[in-house]
Amino acid sequence: MPTIRIDDKDYEVRDGKNLLESCLALGFDLPYFCWHPAMGSVGACRQCAVKVFKDEQDTRGRLVMSCMEPVKEGLRLSIVDPAAKAFREQVIEWLMTNHPHDCPVCDEGGSCHLQDMTVMTGHDYRRYQYRKRTYQNQYLGPFIHHEMNRCIQCYRCVRFYRDIAGGEDLNVYAAHDHIYFGREKEGVLQSPFSGNLAEICPTGVFTDKTLKAHYTRKWDLTNAGSVCPHCSLGCNIFAGERYGEIRCITNRFNSEVNGYFLCDKGRFGYEFVNSENRIRQPLIRGRLVDAVSEDQLLEYLRHLTGNGNIIGIGSPRASVETNFSLMQLVGIDNFYQGVNEDTAFLQKRVTDILESGTLRSNSLRDIESSDAILVLGEDIWNTAPIMALTVRQSVMKTAFSQTVQQISLPSWNDIAVRELTQEARGYLANAGTSGSPLDKLATHHVQAAPDDIARMGYAIAAHLDPSLPPLSKQENELTARTGEIALALSLARKPAIISGISACNEAILKAAYNIAWALKRMGKEVGISYVLPECNSMGLALTKAPSFEKALGRLERNTGTTVIVAEQDIYRCLPEEQAEMFFSKCGKIVVLDVLHNRTTERAHVLIPSASFAEGDGSFVNNEGRIQRFYKVYAPENNNVIEGWKWLERIGGGNERIDQLHTMIEKGLSQFAGISTEAPAAGFRIHGEAVPREPHRYSGRTAMWAHLQVSEPKPHQDNNAPLSFTMEGYKGIPPAAIIPFYWAPGWNSVQALNKYQEIPGGKLTGGNPGVRVLNESAEPRGDFFTDMPEAFSARRGRWLLLPAYHLLGSGEMSMESRGIAELSPEPYLALSMQDAVAMNATTGSTMVVQIMGKAYSLPLKIAETLTDGLAVVPAGLPAMPVLPFGSWVEIVKK
Amino acid sequence: MLSHIRTMWLVFLHLFRKKATIEYPEEKVKLHPRYKGRIVLTRDPDGGERCVGCYLCAVACPVDCIALQATEDEQGRRYPEFFRINFSRCIFCGYCEEACPTYAIQLIPDFEMAEYRRQDLVFEKEDLLINSQGKYPGYNYYKVAGMDAGVKAKGTGKNEDPPVDIHSLLP
Repeated sequence: MPTIRIDDKDYEVRDGKNLLESCLALGFDLPYFCWHPAMGSVGACRQCAVKVFKDEQDTRGRLVMSCMEPVKEGLRLSIVDPAAKAFREQVIEWLMTNHPHDCPVCDEGGSCHLQDMTVMTGHDYRRYQYRKRTYQNQYLGPFIHHEMNRCIQCYRCVRFYRDIAGGEDLNVYAAHDHIYFGREKEGVLQSPFSGNLAEICPTGVFTDKTLKAHYTRKWDLTNAGSVCPHCSLGCNIFAGERYGEIRCITNRFNSEVNGYFLCDKGRFGYEFVNSENRIRQPLIRGRLVDAVSEDQLLEYLRHLTGNGNIIGIGSPRASVETNFSLMQLVGIDNFYQGVNEDTAFLQKRVTDILESGTLRSNSLRDIESSDAILVLGEDIWNTAPIMALTVRQSVMKTAFSQTVQQISLPSWNDIAVRELTQEARGYLANAGTSGSPLDKLATHHVQAAPDDIARMGYAIAAHLDPSLPPLSKQENELTARTGEIALALSLARKPAIISGISACNEAILKAAYNIAWALKRMGKEVGISYVLPECNSMGLALTKAPSFEKALGRLERNTGTTVIVAEQDIYRCLPEEQAEMFFSKCGKIVVLDVLHNRTTERAHVLIPSASFAEGDGSFVNNEGRIQRFYKVYAPENNNVIEGWKWLERIGGGNERIDQLHTMIEKGLSQFAGISTEAPAAGFRIHGEAVPREPHRYSGRTAMWAHLQVSEPKPHQDNNAPLSFTMEGYKGIPPAAIIPFYWAPGWNSVQALNKYQEIPGGKLTGGNPGVRVLNESAEPRGDFFTDMPEAFSARRGRWLLLPAYHLLGSGEMSMESRGIAELSPEPYLALSMQDAVAMNATTGSTMVVQIMGKAYSLPLKIAETLTDGLAVVPAGLPAMPVLPFGSWVEIVKK
Repeated sequence: MLSHIRTMWLVFLHLFRKKATIEYPEEKVKLHPRYKGRIVLTRDPDGGERCVGCYLCAVACPVDCIALQATEDEQGRRYPEFFRINFSRCIFCGYCEEACPTYAIQLIPDFEMAEYRRQDLVFEKEDLLINSQGKYPGYNYYKVAGMDAGVKAKGTGKNEDPPVDIHSLLP
């Protein structure tokens, strides 16, 4: 650790960093624009100037850009030097000559890095009396608003969009002081990570358009740390509320999970919380008046659940607590997973592999630091977008680290490193049923049928491990590449294997395991990731409960069984006839859910349950990390409470989450550690809770004054060390309960620097979340040897596979207008050869025949699809649930 | 003893001074134009609402008695969807007026707003908006702001160059 001297005082700093990072890590306020911890330095904005002195005798010094200057032992610098300060102020003054007088109507105001930096440098008066440059704006789609006048030319947007996210449709145009950041033509931004522009842009050029529709300043939001409910990665988010509505989602940094970025589904998929379609009133149907009070409801339910003939259906999108409370209420033998047999089977395979402790379950950070990646049969771009972004960073970083080894160049010197690296990439092999944007980065990419992908996986493992039976001579051309893939993996220090269940194929999961285990036996630091469909799929799978179809069998044996369904739409996990059959066999049906859907229509008793924003709970992500989400606000409507609270009320249990966690640990040992995921509700700092509202929160005495002029008592929170007020501890709380980022002088999201050990490093005191799936010290394992038969197309029949769409396949996210607007229409994709054989062209109506039912879909020709496969989008509201992974008949209408 | 007599003498002298009290409410008090009384929302010279819903008055308010919600018309002009002041909390400090970047919120020389019921002191936008520019005539924020909100096109405002032609490479 070198020692540097800042303003005549010695400080120890980390080696290999630049001066700007080091100064920020030490707590100094040094202004900057173009530097970003995830993107490195380019020295474009000239804002972070400091004075560096040659030695003790040097009194003149020289101005340098601190982001471009590496740390050296004994380096002497001054931040407060008058020349450096004047330089920084003048740079801001130049930037501000063209900055419009927009702050009052700019959405960035109050969380604006440019505002913060202007105040920080002391520039407070515009001396320049001449004209300002102006630009025309562009329409960039439903998520991002463009206001180009506000630009300060820091290049962060294009560096993020092109270098980090791999997008191609945002660029910089024109020349000299006319440069323009936008698209070649107006239109929707194509990258699914475009929402990050709102956070990356240090000023108000790119802002969140969904927030604009119900605009609230950052200081007026009631916030809490939460976990994204839209996919299995469990990205950490902040949700902000005002007037009983969620207003925006921003990124909550967790260096082991999502880092600095979110996908558009996570950022803009929050509108379901505010939806008209929410269930808000408990109902007992079939009475004179359906709507009932809580007491009536509980009395009825206690009577109903008293007779013992009862089963519970858990859900992959309900919290761990809700599933556990349901399990407790109905009894552990009467609890079933609310997923179909195939999914439950595949998820069980995943949990069996990960729980055995043979392999490390990779966090996203592990993937980012890997030097070779194999994606086997999972379309992570659509099912786990931030994982795809991480894979991209990993591939780039591997190439960069090879570059900086060849020549002495610091890794943060972004432009130089990229320039030298050119088109070189780290190793990525991407095998899937249909093409992916990741293919552009991949050294090898393969499109094949699931069985062939699995065979390829088995073949790679056989190449890697001599103890496996050698492969028989394979006709399939895929296996030709297996040798190259195996070689690349065997050369890596830290390979990562990624797979998932969206291909509906168990052999792929086994093949991924085989490869990872073979690499492990070679002594590699290997890890594996399995992508699952929903936010708490792992949490539900870990309960080991039987699947939904088992419940169906049981209902056939016992008539009049009461069924409690917790937050799952049965019509989305089973084909319609089976769902109908299920409901026809039930006795009374009790449904708890967030939104009205077809299952809630069938409910005899309907109970409103809280979404992630109004409730406390935990999700287990695909890595096996239990993460806590906090109630963001207490809704006016007392009926909207967490599913687990309702279930505890019915059973007469407790409503304290901490006690529930203790019971979960007792009842289900696989969740051991859940009680340590976050500080207990009684946790206080200097006797104070942590406020959910910033200290500048406005309007407390007027917000609800039209209803009742006396202010109501603030809602009390028994389940979190957070208060629903602006009073409380103002410093930096433990990472798990941070409600928003703010530090004196830092109002924008960049205040995050103050919450990290070093910029870009982990949060002070450690990242939140507890891993429950850990690698054992002495791993022991066996290979799977049951390689599937090669795929062969059948005559007149096609293997039906799902295509997940980032914007469209999510049940909840489709309530967001922007996401619904960008989601695809239903279609059926076939290979070119299959389409030609049926004399069909793009747009022809195709009829899929499944179990006597016919579904008409327009044809889309997928060039890269294997013959004999038929792909339809999964999870669209307009799409029926189809038996994916089975063979279907398709004819042209 | 001497001080008592002195006091009585001074009080006696006041009999011949000019009266400071007036017969309110029959006689109205004369207030300075900058007196900080009733809060109003004013309009710009073109008759549009001056308030752009920036929330600065609300955040400046030391008693948090201002609540509003910004919204936009089709042309992107911001205005408050509702604007509420709880006068039962207001201390008439004038910070809201100082914070307002558009001269929308102003305190005027009128204090006659007593009510029997506290609830009646909650004023909505309809109660606050007046048909006048108030103390600062001639200012229209959207004419000097950079954005196009239907008041002026891009580059036609005061001290603005016409929009950049991004296809040009000329210096």
